Order: sequence, then structure tokens, then C-alpha cells
Amino acid sequence: MQRKTPKTHLVEAIDWPAAIHSALKSQRVRQVSYVPDAGHKRLIELCHSDENMAAVPLTTEEEGIALAAGAWLGGERAVLLTQSSGVGNCVNALTLTSNCGFPLLIIVTMRGEWGEFNPWQIPMGQATPDTLRLAGVRTLRLERAEDALATVTSAARLAFDGYGAVAVLIAQRMIGAKSFGAKP
Amino acid sequence: MTGAELDRRKVVGALLERRGALLVVAGLGSAAWDCTAAGDHPLTFPLWGAMGSACMIGLGLALAQPGRRVLVVTGDGEMLMGLGSLATIGAQRPRNLAVVVLDNERYGETGMQKTHTGYGTDLAAVASACGFADSRIIRRNTEIAAVRSSIYRGRGPLFFQVKVKRDSLPLALPPRDGAHLRHRFREALLGKGAAAQ
Repeated sequence: MQRKTPKTHLVEAIDWPAAIHSALKSQRVRQVSYVPDAGHKRLIELCHSDENMAAVPLTTEEEGIALAAGAWLGGERAVLLTQSSGVGNCVNALTLTSNCGFPLLIIVTMRGEWGEFNPWQIPMGQATPDTLRLAGVRTLRLERAEDALATVTSAARLAFDGYGAVAVLIAQRMIGAKSFGAKP
Repeated sequence: MTGAELDRRKVVGALLERRGALLVVAGLGSAAWDCTAAGDHPLTFPLWGAMGSACMIGLGLALAQPGRRVLVVTGDGEMLMGLGSLATIGAQRPRNLAVVVLDNERYGETGMQKTHTGYGTDLAAVASACGFADSRIIRRNTEIAAVRSSIYRGRGPLFFQVKVKRDSLPLALPPRDGAHLRHRFREALLGKGAAAQ
């Protein structure tokens, strides 16, 4: 992550977190809840500094599922930003989404799939797509920074216009694997 | 033993009568039955599952509707499962949100097992430490009028841990269809056109 390879420069040049922020704005998302992840750092900052968004730090990701339901009851759209490890925390709360037909948008930064250094991230990372599927959440993969705007916009439409639960899984390869200082 | 004297149905009845524009989220189990016994209402969203979610639904609603008062009515067991949400609410400090926990120190739906409040957890102290503007344990009927007044007019976030008797009361069940509960709430709050958006 720290190494300035040409590829990293290219990814940063596209500024995909800003593209996601802009997709969320154009889709009128007003409540942004999150448990922090390094991959979401810039997006979280953009949402905090946006006066038309309420940025809501959570103690655990399932709070974001309930927050989104409350927002929708009150006429607002919400998004949950989480790392893949947080998806497991959401499982029973997703009962709310599927039983009531609440629209739901989750943006997941993947761990445990590409160059993962921490073995403790691998089980939940590998189980994330199936966990979401079993809980009734559709998934879209985001593999390339230049697709960020289109993929998140499309996921938001699927969620809010299609009354569905949708997660965008951002590939670990796109974010860059955390190395804890080790040489890859 | 709590030595509680308060009757949960009477407390909820007193808080919800002439409720005006109040928006209510009812936690699963007895709290939802209590709210239904006070009168099923389209602007009450009762939960049948997703234990631990009531306060966070209340927060999402309070942020979306800053001009309306939002009340979460839930039980001690449901609140304990979502204890972190008190910290999340404390960080947002919504002025229009109040939480009432009907605390009988028991899991009422599963055989009256003791909850952590029965072992000494002071939920009001937790809420207070999380930054709630006012947080109290309520034990007497004479305090209910002040609780009501705070819920409708006080500056939130507010937290009331109401110690109630360990009664097993007749069931008063709200509708179970989640899609219906969602839609009727949005239609009553936002109007027919907006609810269909």
C-alpha cells in the first residue's frame, strides 16, 4: 500500500473515492454510516465534509442496516460503508431488510482475497459474497477504479429504484493489499 | 428484586395517548405488544425480529425527520443486544430522539430468564456516559408525567429506564407483515405519492 508503484499512481489519479461520493450524491444518499476501513478512508472524509450528508460512525456494522431502515421510513436514503469482515456482523439484522423490503446499499472493501497478509481476514473475506447472497443481498463487483462511478450509481438504482438490497464489493486488488510493512 | 411498582401497559398507554405527530419504533417482544395494546397506529413501527435494532432504526428516522419527535420503546433484553447503538446515538446527539426501556430485568418471551439489568447493569448510566442529554431510572408513577413531557418537548437524546413489574400480560399483536408495516408508516408520514417513490 505504501509503495509508490506506477499502478498505484494510476489508481490515485482516477480518485475513485471521489467518484463514489459523487455517485452517492447524485443518487440523493443522505445518511452515510460506517465502521472505518483504510480502503474507505478518503470516502469517509468526503462524506464528513459534505454538509448535505450525515456521516454516522457505528460501533458495529449491523447498526448500519437498522439505520438505513429508519432513514427509509423517514424518507431518506442511506448507505453503509464496511470492510468485508463487517458483513458477518450484519447477518441477523438483514432480516429487517428482507422481511420489510427495505432498499439497502452497502459498499464493501474486500479483504482476504488478493495479497492478504493477515490470515484472520481470510475466512470472512472468502465467505462474504455467499453470506450476502444467503441473506438476500445482491452483489456487484468493482474491479477497476474507472468503473467506480458507474458501478455505484447502478447499485444505488438497483437498491432504491428496484427496492432491493445491494452490495458493491470493491476488489482488494483495486484498493491495494495492506502489508504491515512486510515486503510483498 | 426490583420491587417495581410500575405497570408497563399503563406507562406505555400514558406516553402514547394523544400522541399527535409522534413517530414510534417498538422493540421486539413485550414492548411491541405494549405499544399495540395502546392502539395499533400506522406511525408505530413494531419489530418482530432483528433484535438489537430498535434504537438504530430510531436514529435513522430522527436524522431523516428532524422536525418530528421520535420515540423508541423497547425492553431491557433488546436494548442490551444493541448497547453499542447508545454510543452511536451519543455521537450524533439528535435533539428529537427519546428512548424508553421497559426494564423488568427479564427476557419475557423466552421463559423469564434474568437479563444483565437483573445482575446490576445500569442502562441509564451507560446512556449518560454515552452523551445522552438526559438519562434517568424511573420507578414511580408520579414521574411519568415528566417523562411524557420530555419525550414530546425535551431536548434529546433522552433515555428513560423504566423499572416495571414482572407481569405476563395478554398478547396484543401488531401486524406481522413487514412490507405492510413499512409501507403504512411511509404513507402516513410522507403521503401517498412520496411513499410510492
